Amino acid sequence: MSNRWQHYKKFLLIGVLLGYFILNPLAPAYAMHIMEGFLPLKWCLFWAVLTMPFLVLGMRSIGRTVREHPEMKMLLGLAGAFTFVLSALKMPSVTGSCSHPTGVGLGTVLFGPTAMTVLGFIVLIFQALLLAHGGITTLGANTFSMAVVGPLVAWGFYRACVRLKTPLWVGVFLGALFGDLCTYVTTATQLALAFPSPVGGFTASLVKFMAIYAITQVPLAVSEGLLTVVIFNLLTVHNRRELEELTVLARPEKPAEEGRI
Amino acid sequence: MRKMNILLILAVILLIALPLGLYGKTADFSGSDDQGTTAITQVQPGYKPWFKPLWQPSGEVESFFFALEAAIGAGFIGYFLGVSKAKKEK
Repeated sequence: MSNRWQHYKKFLLIGVLLGYFILNPLAPAYAMHIMEGFLPLKWCLFWAVLTMPFLVLGMRSIGRTVREHPEMKMLLGLAGAFTFVLSALKMPSVTGSCSHPTGVGLGTVLFGPTAMTVLGFIVLIFQALLLAHGGITTLGANTFSMAVVGPLVAWGFYRACVRLKTPLWVGVFLGALFGDLCTYVTTATQLALAFPSPVGGFTASLVKFMAIYAITQVPLAVSEGLLTVVIFNLLTVHNRRELEELTVLARPEKPAEEGRI
Repeated sequence: MRKMNILLILAVILLIALPLGLYGKTADFSGSDDQGTTAITQVQPGYKPWFKPLWQPSGEVESFFFALEAAIGAGFIGYFLGVSKAKKEK
């Protein structure tokens, strides 16, 4: 690897991270997040407290990855860029409304679920501050759905597929799909908990919010799964060494180790 | 691999085109979060948001940022894959 490439790499990484942190949040005005002020205070606090430990774990996880594999910074940037693009893609759905994918599946497969908690959290802060999308008061709840539940579900499906020895792309596809879908299921549940219907209570509200958030998301989640496989396929061809290093792909001589959290 | 990726991208295009073809003339494809907000006021008519966003960009400015965001993200992905490919071939 030449010095020049090293130099460019650093430069690019800084540029991309800057762009990512500043702009990604500026984007999705129509999406899943719970709007500013639309969650009673006690629920805001409840979800914030629940999210906290995952953030701490995530920062440790990213720190460890960068320390052990400094050459992975570019790949970390790619995981960020992928979320960047996907969250800018507001897609029409069969319900006649719009939403956007989350893009956390790819990063989860590469770096583990809690690493994506940190990335998602930063995205949501800027979205709330600069785009009036989501909100500061609802930050805990939104981080919990998109950056805790989403990646954890994605990780669960991916690891299960690895254990069942399915082709790798099946695990990547199902992980990204269900990670995306469960983000929105969580949002619907959070709203139903905070706003139980006067008639029918929690269940009636849940049905109502699920119809809005979860059903809209089904075709989008499939799209996210497919797009994640497209990028993953390209990585397995051109970045085999990095994936082996991260134990996503088995090294020729020894089998893949258990994953990182 | 190339064949598989082409098929996958075609499937995504189909998934986006389908709702447009089915409801393109009747639906306005509003955001699901806006509908969620409406649903809250239906379930609890008295609810008032207790905190307001500090800043709200106009629709046009928003679409500028959307396009820019997609361009930067896609640009980096393209660059990354290009460099990886070139490095491997060397």
